[in-house]
Amino acid sequence: MKKNNDIIQQIGFSILFFCIIITLFFLGLIIFFISIRGMSVISWEFLTQVPKSSMTQGGVAPAIVGTFYLTLGAILFALPLGLACAIYLCEYTPKGFVVNLIRVSINNLAGVPSVVFGLFGLAVFVNFFGFGVSILSGSLTLGIVILPLIISSTQEALMAVPQSIREASLSLGATKWETIKNIVLPTALPGILTGVILSIGRAAGETAPILFTAAAFYMRGYPKSIFSEVMALPYHIYALMTEGAHPDKQRAIAYGCSLILLWLVLLISGFAIFIRQRQRGVHG
Amino acid sequence: MDKKIKIKAKHVDFFYGKSQALKNINMDIFDCDVTAIIGPSGCGKSTFIRLLNRMHELVPHTNVTGEVLLDGQNIFCCSMDAVEVRKRVGMVFQKPNPFPKSIFDNISYGLKVNGIKDKYFIEEKVERSLRKAALWEEVKDRLYDSALRLSGGQQQRLCIARTLAVESETILFDEPCASLDPISTAKIEELILELKKDYTIVIVTHNMQQAARVSDYTAFFLMGELIEFGKTQEIFTAPKDSKTEAYITGRFG
Repeated sequence: MKKNNDIIQQIGFSILFFCIIITLFFLGLIIFFISIRGMSVISWEFLTQVPKSSMTQGGVAPAIVGTFYLTLGAILFALPLGLACAIYLCEYTPKGFVVNLIRVSINNLAGVPSVVFGLFGLAVFVNFFGFGVSILSGSLTLGIVILPLIISSTQEALMAVPQSIREASLSLGATKWETIKNIVLPTALPGILTGVILSIGRAAGETAPILFTAAAFYMRGYPKSIFSEVMALPYHIYALMTEGAHPDKQRAIAYGCSLILLWLVLLISGFAIFIRQRQRGVHG
Repeated sequence: MDKKIKIKAKHVDFFYGKSQALKNINMDIFDCDVTAIIGPSGCGKSTFIRLLNRMHELVPHTNVTGEVLLDGQNIFCCSMDAVEVRKRVGMVFQKPNPFPKSIFDNISYGLKVNGIKDKYFIEEKVERSLRKAALWEEVKDRLYDSALRLSGGQQQRLCIARTLAVESETILFDEPCASLDPISTAKIEELILELKKDYTIVIVTHNMQQAARVSDYTAFFLMGELIEFGKTQEIFTAPKDSKTEAYITGRFG
């Protein structure tokens, strides 16, 4: 009997181990593949120049800059709004049916296909508010895409803060807001930043929301204001793979762009992780 | 009796939703004395001390009637707000609950939310509070380490120091030693005896020896009612009520 259990346990462990190996294998394969294919076109020129000769030569600098702006804009818009929503829902509303309904709605919003957000952005930001096809419209649309992610991860983080330290703060004569600001938010910060990190990856990589709201197929220079159209890496990859007259050359550039997109997400996330670790160091 | 009454509960009823947790509590808590509240689990003793600094308001659907007078002023009256009450009546909880901040910041927090900015004053106050809580010698070289690295007993003394720093006049202890080992418990008890020179102390405890050791007065709660209240010595040697006697001799609870 005892022996039997041991064997079953061994089999269980093996299955779990195998699953991890498969996951790591694909992850490694993606990075390996993109790196091999992408490295061949990456050069200083590729990173810093504008595209030339029907995008078969020159660089993709405007797309890098554009993706950076769009992602930054989306975070700047969605983070304060999402934080405020989550704090209000978590700390100020009594738990009950309405709050649960709102929570479920927000989670559902996260599941809406991003092309739907793209159309929404076109209707509301581009046309109704008259921002045109621009960084602003694109950032706002991407912001709405990541808003549910930020709200739900912030809510999780806030709920994970133990009630006992809120009580401690209140019992010292702190007001509710002082408690939230000084105790609850700093304690929840690592969790909130995890949401931000995920959002950055999402915002930088989304194509559909910026398709109609921000992205330009080709630009000679850099955007001049938040009302300019921009090139963006994910859209640029899409365009290189589906349009143009030099598919082979374009494909190589598309892999190059993918690699840069990976680096860019890693860079921005790395910054957020750095803040998170520092915060954990203080609190740990 | 010529002792000054610090807190006076008058006809206090307390409800969680529709169920009544406290029934017509009338009790005096004397200035600079230790009052212990004993009773079996669920008898309402924690509920009672939590409403002395209005912490019960954090739980939704609670309702309290009657009066609690702090220095003669009703703490539920419109002119008092909860923040003000909590500044004057501090609380130490069952489980040590330091903030995930440094030792120094744990103590200075209460001062900062009370509007004190003077750095020199804060530093001095932190040291004085830690000394009073008998923790200074153990932590003076690592004030900027995380409070979470302290042992359970040290954390609880830190929580006491934190309460002392804001100069509350009364400190409520809600089973402060429930999660501590005997040595840490002894230190906390010693500390309570030291603190009663300057503070009014109310302590809820499951441990009757503890009540007997540290308190001057003892209240026995049962099923939401105050069964007996009197000098600790009398309660433990010559209880008037048969239920009190049954409880302290260990026949139930």
